[in-house]
Order: sequence, then C-alpha cells, then structure tokens
Amino acid sequence: MGNHVEHAIEMHGITKTFGKVVANHNVNLQLRKGEILALLGENGSGKTTLMNMLSGIYFPDCGTIKIQGKEVTIRSPKDAFELGIGMIHQHFKLVDVFSAAENIVLGLDGGVHIDRKAVNQKVKEIGERYGFEIDPTKKIYNMAVSEKQTVEILKVLYRGAEILILDEPTAVLTPQETDKLFAVLRNMKEDGKSIIIITHKLHEVLSISDRVAILRKGEYIGTVNTAKTNQQQLTEMMVGRAVSLEIDRPKVELGEEMLKVVDLTCLNADKIKALDDVNFSAYGGEILGIAGIAGSGQKELCEAIAGLYPVAGGSILYRREVDGHPVMENIVGQPVDTIYRKGISMAFVPEDRLGMGLVASMDMVDNVMLRSYKRNPGIFVDRKKPKALSEKLIGELEIVTPGVSTPVRRLSGGNVQKVLLGREIAYGPNVLVVAYPVRGLDINSSYKIYELLNEQKKRGVAVIFVGEDLDVLLEISDRILVLCGGRVSGIVKPEETTKEEIGLMMIKVAEKTKEVNA
Amino acid sequence: MNLLINILTAAVLAGTPLLLGTLGEILTEKSGNMNLGVEGMMFMGAIAGLAGAYYYEQGVVGSGGTPSGIMAAVVALVSSFLVGAFGALIYAFLTITLRANQNVTGLTLTIFGTGFGNFFGEYIGIRAGGYVAVGDNIKTAFGRLNIPVLSDIPILGKLLFNYNWVVYFSILIAVIMAYFFRKTRVGLNLRAVGEDPATADAAGINVTKYRYLATVIGGGICGIGGMYMSMVTTSGVWVHNCVSGYGWLAVALVIFASWHPARALIAALVFGGLTILRLYLKIPGVPMQIYDMLPYLATIVVLIFTSINQSKENVMPKGCGLNYFREER
Repeated sequence: MGNHVEHAIEMHGITKTFGKVVANHNVNLQLRKGEILALLGENGSGKTTLMNMLSGIYFPDCGTIKIQGKEVTIRSPKDAFELGIGMIHQHFKLVDVFSAAENIVLGLDGGVHIDRKAVNQKVKEIGERYGFEIDPTKKIYNMAVSEKQTVEILKVLYRGAEILILDEPTAVLTPQETDKLFAVLRNMKEDGKSIIIITHKLHEVLSISDRVAILRKGEYIGTVNTAKTNQQQLTEMMVGRAVSLEIDRPKVELGEEMLKVVDLTCLNADKIKALDDVNFSAYGGEILGIAGIAGSGQKELCEAIAGLYPVAGGSILYRREVDGHPVMENIVGQPVDTIYRKGISMAFVPEDRLGMGLVASMDMVDNVMLRSYKRNPGIFVDRKKPKALSEKLIGELEIVTPGVSTPVRRLSGGNVQKVLLGREIAYGPNVLVVAYPVRGLDINSSYKIYELLNEQKKRGVAVIFVGEDLDVLLEISDRILVLCGGRVSGIVKPEETTKEEIGLMMIKVAEKTKEVNA
Repeated sequence: MNLLINILTAAVLAGTPLLLGTLGEILTEKSGNMNLGVEGMMFMGAIAGLAGAYYYEQGVVGSGGTPSGIMAAVVALVSSFLVGAFGALIYAFLTITLRANQNVTGLTLTIFGTGFGNFFGEYIGIRAGGYVAVGDNIKTAFGRLNIPVLSDIPILGKLLFNYNWVVYFSILIAVIMAYFFRKTRVGLNLRAVGEDPATADAAGINVTKYRYLATVIGGGICGIGGMYMSMVTTSGVWVHNCVSGYGWLAVALVIFASWHPARALIAALVFGGLTILRLYLKIPGVPMQIYDMLPYLATIVVLIFTSINQSKENVMPKGCGLNYFREER
C-alpha cells in the first residue's frame, strides 16, 4: 500500500475505557476515499464504541483521528456533521411523533421558520438520486423498519455527509430489503462517498465490502481485502481461533403433538390484530423455527403460548396426562397459576432476559428459586435446593460467574442466557419456547445454546425457536413457520426452501393460505 | 344573560394564574423536565411580585415622589419572573447537571417555594407594621383596563375588553408559545429534546442548554402566575397561603391541555369557571364544600379520561421525567 492512497478517515492508537472496562485498546483504522469498508467483530468487540467516537457520541481517552488528511477533534455530533461524517445508528435515532422531513432537518441551522416545502423537495431529490422512495410528510410511528432506516440515511445525506457509517443496518431487514439497501450503498460509492458498514454477518461482508477491518475484544486485528479472503479466515480473525460454523441438526423421531394452536387472534394495545388466525402444531422431538420481520407478532405469539398475553379468539391446546390418558387442554382464559398447577409443562425464555426472564439485581439462587418457591409449603423459603441447582448449572453449562450470590446483572449476556435457559430446562418442560436466544451473544455462547436446544429436542421436547438470523434458522430448525404482519404466511421445511423464498414470505402472505382457511 | 357574562368574565380572571402556571409547565415538560414544583415557583413569584411593587412604592414615596402604576407593574412582572426562574434554576441544576430524581426535586421545590413565599410575606408584613399592602395607584394598575371605545361595546366589550393587563399578557404568551412549537426551528428542536434526548443529541442539538433554558423560562412564567395571585386576586395584599393549590391544578391542566398551549386557554377557562362557580350559582341545599371540591373532582375525571387516550400524539413527551446522560451504557 503506497502512501499516495487518499484516506477519508485515519484513526491511530484509539483507546476508550468505561470505568474498568476497556472498550477499545490502541485501535488503528483507515477508510479510503470512495470505498466500502466492513467493520467486523463479535458483539462486545468495540465496533460501535469505535464508530461512536467518530460520530461524536463518545470522546476517546487517547489517540488521534484524521479526517481527509487533517487531524481533528470531534467533541460532539455537531462537530462530526461539520466534518461530513454521518452515522446511521443500530437503534434508530428518530423522534416518533415527527414526520420524516422534521426528523431530517432536526438540529440544522437556518432561518427561524422551517420552509417545509423546500425541505420536502430536497428530500425527494436526494431520494431519486440514490434510488429510494420516501414520503417526507409521513410520521415515523406509521413507518415500517426499512422506511425508518431510509429516513436515517436521508438525514445524513441531507446534511451533506461524505463519510457514512452504518451500524448493523441489515439486522432488521429482510433479504430483499438488504439487497435494496446494498444497491443504494453501491450508488453512493459510485458518487464518491466513503462508507463503513458494521456487521457480523459474513456473507454480507463478502458481498458488499471492498476491504474488511476486524476487531476482537476491543483490539484491532487487521484489515484484509475482501477479494482475497473467505468466511473461514474472517471467522478465525474475529474469534481468534478456528471454529466450526456448522450447526448440528440431529435426526430425532417425531413425537406426539405437544402443542396445538388453533385460529389464534390477539389484539395489541391499539386494538389492531397483532396475531391473525394463527394455526400450527408443535411436536415433541423437533425444533420449530419462527421467522419474520421484527414486530410481525413474534412477541405476542410467544407470550400468548405462555399464557401471558390476552387472547381475543381461538385456542391454545397443550397435551397433558389425565389419569394416564393424554388430553389436549385449552389454556386460553386460564390464569398462569392455574395452568402451572394443572401440570402443563412449558418453559418460556423471553427476548427480554433481564426484564421478563430474570430479576437483574437478584442473585442466581433467588432467580432459580422464582420458578420453584411456590411448591414449597410454609412461610419460609427453602434456599438449599435452588442453591444446589444453581451450582449444578454453573458446572454443566460452564457459566462464568464469581459465585451463586452474584447479582445476575453483573454477568455477561451469554452467561445470563445460560442461567435463564438452564433454569427453564431444569424443570423438564414438554414445550420450550425461546425468543431470540442468541441475540447479543458471542459465537461460542451461541453454539453452546444451539447445543442445549438440540439436547432438548433429543429428549423429546417440542422446541419453538423464534429467531432473526435466517441462516441459523435454516440450519437448526426441522420446520420453519413464517410470520408476516401477525399471520402465518407458511410453514416450510428447510431442505425444501431457500432464504429468498422465506424472505418473500416474510413480506407477503401467500394466497394459498387464505384458501386453506376459506 | 347577565349571569352568564358575569360567570365568564370571572372565569377568565380566575383562570389566568392557572393559564400562566400551565404554560410555564408545558414549556418545561416539552424539554423533558417534569417539574412538579409549579406551586412552589408560583409562591416565589407571588411574594417577589408583591415585594417588588411594594418596595418600589416605598422607595418612591420615601424620596418624595408619586409612584407610577405602570412602573410598579413592570417591577412586579420582572421580579416575579426572575424569582420564579431562580426556583426553576435550582431545579434545573439538581436534575440536569447533578441528575437528581425529577419528581423528588420538584416536590422539594414546592415545599421550599411555599415556605419561601409565606416566610417573606410574613416578614415584610411584620416590618411594615402588620401586613403588606400596596397603594391605590398600584392597585389601579392591576385593575381593569378601560380601553376607549372597545370597552364600551355592549356585551363584547364586557366579555373581551374589560380585564387587567396580565390577562392579555398571558393570552399573548399562549399564542407565541403555540407558534413557537409549531412553526419555528428552535421549537422543533426543543420538542425533539423532550421526546427523545438521545436523538436530539445525535442531531447536534445541545440538550443541556435547551433543557436549562426551557425549564428556567417556564419557571419564570409560573412565577408571573404567582404574581397574579398576589397582585390581582388579593389586590396587592399578602394573604397567607395565597397560591393554595393553583400550582397543582396547573400541573393537571397540562395533561388536560395535552401539552398544547392553545388548548391550555380552554383548559384554564373551564377550571377558572369551576373555582368561582359558587359565587354565582347557588343551588339551595348544596354545601359550599361541594363547590370547593369541583376543580379537584374535575381533575380526577380529566386524568381518568386522558389515561384512556391511546394515540401516539397529544401525549406527554416521551423523554419527560427522565434525565439524560450521553455516555450511559
């Protein structure tokens, strides 16, 4: 690499600590003009922190930043705009009750009044130039996720950004929307913009980027040309050693029907159907994957199955034994306590682990006890059994914790998930519902979780796996149920479908399911 | 007919301090600060306004001149605004800079302000030899305006052009604020700060500055509302506990007005009417205490109905009540 290569960004020796936690240590990064650089790393490897120092959210403890060859100090987001840096955050920074145009002009200098017409016109022009459609007067709370992302991108372009940073932009998109976004990014690159895209999806890195920079545990590992690398090499750089990327799908004989959901309809707080006529069955010895764009009714479905969400219509039938005979019991309308006492054995690992799943400030023993204390008579609780179980879980699941009496909030994401999943599995459920079980987990912990789920499958449990990564769902599931806007757009077998087909099902309900219902 | 006009004009007069308190709190809450200290800031404004007018009068009389009503009004206005703003500044420093809990700080400010007002009210009264009261000149300045021609129009003149200047001043503030939120760039930025400070921050808006300014100016407006209580409602005489719950009503009216300055006008009129109804509408057999309860009963009803509201707009700014810290992880 000669010195004549022009750099849009050069970061040297950047270090940032939060208290005792070192988020970035001595990181170097270079972004060339007019290239797309992928910033790759596991969760918690410091990618977002590093980028936040470019966008002015954080300030580095030490190190230098050069933009277009000049050394600069970025103290606030405003400084970043002035240097032509625009960041599209993973969690959108948009005001819900504002229109697209209002969000776009937010914080800009100009006259006392806002000339809405001129703004709308300019927004449309930028949209046409790079190939996306937008209604500038539409309110954010009426928008789909991909539209919100479009507004975010327009916001930085409107400000005349020359350098764009996108933090995990594809996490919330369908494969089709991802392709559209990548087309827009390529248009921008053609136009001379320099782009950094943060991601941990390897195939996306390979398809969009010119070069890849890798971070691991806050340290800079290196930069490689995309054309000269492959998934295996990138994974090794990211994780630090060779890992197998295959997810196992053991063959298990299909068991009994454990759960049957019939015509399930649920309304959300705005009286809109969050679930609309959902029908499916889950069998022992299988993993039923549930795919869908974020907010397509996954949360409501999980909570309804767990007896926590009000049901407007339909039934949820669980298999249970009465006097040695199996019956299907409808749990709709029954309080959780009753369901529990009747011996319906289901376990739910919610998406919000430290809110709904565990009490963050309580220790492992207390959290484990939450599941069992009601069985124990008298006014005093028995802490011995939960303590024994906690210690067993620590050993079996390789949970890293100072001890059973450490508040679970101090554990890392992967260990928190192991505590939660371990607790639920320990009670031997017939149906296990897990929502986004590997979200925010590093590769090692993720594979440990997959292993645990497969073990449950082998035990004859009906596992319902709500996931966001289609690649994972396709590898681990025996069947995949696709949700779209609260309706089931189909149930498919992974061997008989493709990612693209599922992507299409995520955005529209196939006509044939309607016929079946009619 | 006459009775209706009488009730309406009395409602406007009684509603004005509520309107000022409500407007001040709307401005504050739009920035994301839930300042429950309205009552306290009104007390501080009440004594500051009265003391300002009173000492101005004493000073002029002491040097042998005749106090001007207009000057006294200006002094009262400015001093009540400044002292109300000072109360809000304490709140702002505690919540924005030190990130103290907003509710607790607001409640404390109410207690502090109530004590502040009553203490200085009594103190000045004792020094003055019994009680504080301003002269006739100043009383006239806070009395009804007599606008030539307009005030003489039958019915309309009485209904629209027959109030003291503070009434018109507070309506003007409501109109300016409505325009400010809807049409101006700074207004949009302020709303963003209240809705979603992290977003506003990422958009390059100085959240701290906006919050400080809105909170302090809002507190000043509440202070003017207090000045109305001491200068108009009690005619320039310090009455112990003169604000008596108006600040709390204002906090509830913010919800009734769904954070819209223009709707605050209607809200204040309705509640002003409820507070004076007993003087005009005597139903035999209904005890006084029932009338006294009316505004508070209405508040409960309003709170129940607004909590049913499910729309995403016309609700409390989403960031309201939460302190913002950029580097929070």
